[in-house]
Amino acid sequence: MKKFLSGNEAFAEGIRLANPQVISAYPITPQTIVVERLSEMVEDGSLKAEYVHVESEHSALSCAIGASAAGSRAFTATSSQGLLYMAECLYYAAGGRFPIVMMNADRSTALPWNIYGDQRDSLSQLDSGWIQVYAENAQEALDLAIMSYKIAENKEVSTPLMVNLDGFVLTHTYETVDIPEQNQADRFLPPYVTDNCVDFDKPKNMAFSAGPDTNYIFKYKEHNGILMAKSVINDSEKEFEEIFGRKYTGLTENYRTDDAEYIIVTLGSIAGLCRETADKLRESGIKAGVIRIRYMRPFPNEEISDVLNGAKAYAVLEKDISFGNEGTVFTNVNSALKKAGVNVKGYNFIGGLGGRNISAGDIEKIYSDIIKGTENVSFIGIGGEDNG
Amino acid sequence: MFEVIWLGRGGQGAFTAAKLLGAAYTIGDNVKYALSFPSFGPERRGAPVRAFTKLDEKPVVDRSQTEKADYIVILDDTLYSPQLVKLLKDKGKIIVNSKTEIIGAITFDAEKIAGEFRLPTVNTVMLGFLVGLSDLIKNENAIEAIKGYMPLKIQESNVNALLKAVEEVAQ
Repeated sequence: MKKFLSGNEAFAEGIRLANPQVISAYPITPQTIVVERLSEMVEDGSLKAEYVHVESEHSALSCAIGASAAGSRAFTATSSQGLLYMAECLYYAAGGRFPIVMMNADRSTALPWNIYGDQRDSLSQLDSGWIQVYAENAQEALDLAIMSYKIAENKEVSTPLMVNLDGFVLTHTYETVDIPEQNQADRFLPPYVTDNCVDFDKPKNMAFSAGPDTNYIFKYKEHNGILMAKSVINDSEKEFEEIFGRKYTGLTENYRTDDAEYIIVTLGSIAGLCRETADKLRESGIKAGVIRIRYMRPFPNEEISDVLNGAKAYAVLEKDISFGNEGTVFTNVNSALKKAGVNVKGYNFIGGLGGRNISAGDIEKIYSDIIKGTENVSFIGIGGEDNG
Repeated sequence: MFEVIWLGRGGQGAFTAAKLLGAAYTIGDNVKYALSFPSFGPERRGAPVRAFTKLDEKPVVDRSQTEKADYIVILDDTLYSPQLVKLLKDKGKIIVNSKTEIIGAITFDAEKIAGEFRLPTVNTVMLGFLVGLSDLIKNENAIEAIKGYMPLKIQESNVNALLKAVEEVAQ
């Protein structure tokens, strides 16, 4: 059924179809609508779940961890400072191998206080052990809500998964989405069955401590769990396409990169404007292309280095800055090239911080800047007419 | 791409109108696409609000704010300013809910129709005016959008107000 929905509403529909048994959440802008919709669904009986309205984000994820440890499919959602307040628990969920799914509405972090979208919140948590995926539009967000449990709950993976939607630009923008039928979702996603839970017939130690003699083994396995997700993502997308008819492209999505000389690497909802700009530049003979990173963890090392190999220059456009260095996505992309022995000049463009609009003109300027060469790290807009 | 900027005050339903236009344009059609979004941020009653609708016959992937619009629809005439013309495409038009004439804009007394149907806001009336003025969408799709995305008890009055506005344009 087609409906005109916001990213938040579309995601809530996807979660309804995934049938989580426990939802624990604390509302925060711009995530609020997704948890409001889910609480309405629980209220009207269209989603049979326990909805726990907790007093903080720390409790929201703690509750989801408890639910998962009891063998339930659990969901939570947050944003910005809420994600940061949850940070302690992110590591417990990942280390405990609890396949919780969380939606994060990507939003700026304080100070100055700001409720608008950027990606500093989630990118600051790349090392927490969660799979991280970034949606571009509401349909992809809905589809990821369903697919995320399939990936996270895979026995080889057993890792929590964070689906990121750009705050406002995606969470609050309305567009037409196709809502699948429940029987399609049920065919794709069986109920969650696990041994990683409390069982009085088969008592076991859970959430234990491990000293120097064994700790590294758990961490190595945790790392391998995320790496395993790569093939599970590909398999899940194939099965998803068979049942739902929509195709996804794994860790990255390439656009006109086959013969591209100048490539923007980016993530999230800005990718569409990058593709349109690449089309426009190609009309004037500039061989422009786009790589959209879908998954930041597991990181698409080979996928990126294979495509950038042979390009003349690339730009990483991200709504993020690791103060004192550069954008974190840029660091990751550069590492991928270094490991593959690919030597292409790259530039970093920091934009959209605190919700600042990124225009078609800004994207065109990125391409023209990397064609002629520029600073290693540039802030879009700085030096313009309205600032220093 | 066809782009509309809506200007109103918090509580006037500018974003609802933007959303209804997007929904109406895409209803029952697999080759039409729309994006509708508000000017993002805290919502305050009475504060100036912008909303955007982008319509196209291919997926709309540019999510940035409209810089050049085909129409600017203003729900409250105190928000009109001659400088808005900078936000228009060459053949773009500004339409304003106003009882008095404004040079450079098309005015329409939407409050009169809203009052007739006991509506507290003029958003669906101005949507009807836009539907009548442009060839963007069919009346029945606009009605279906209201029925799909407005609360049941205000659907009928909004449908009637919209149709009345369409009728007045035709005269």
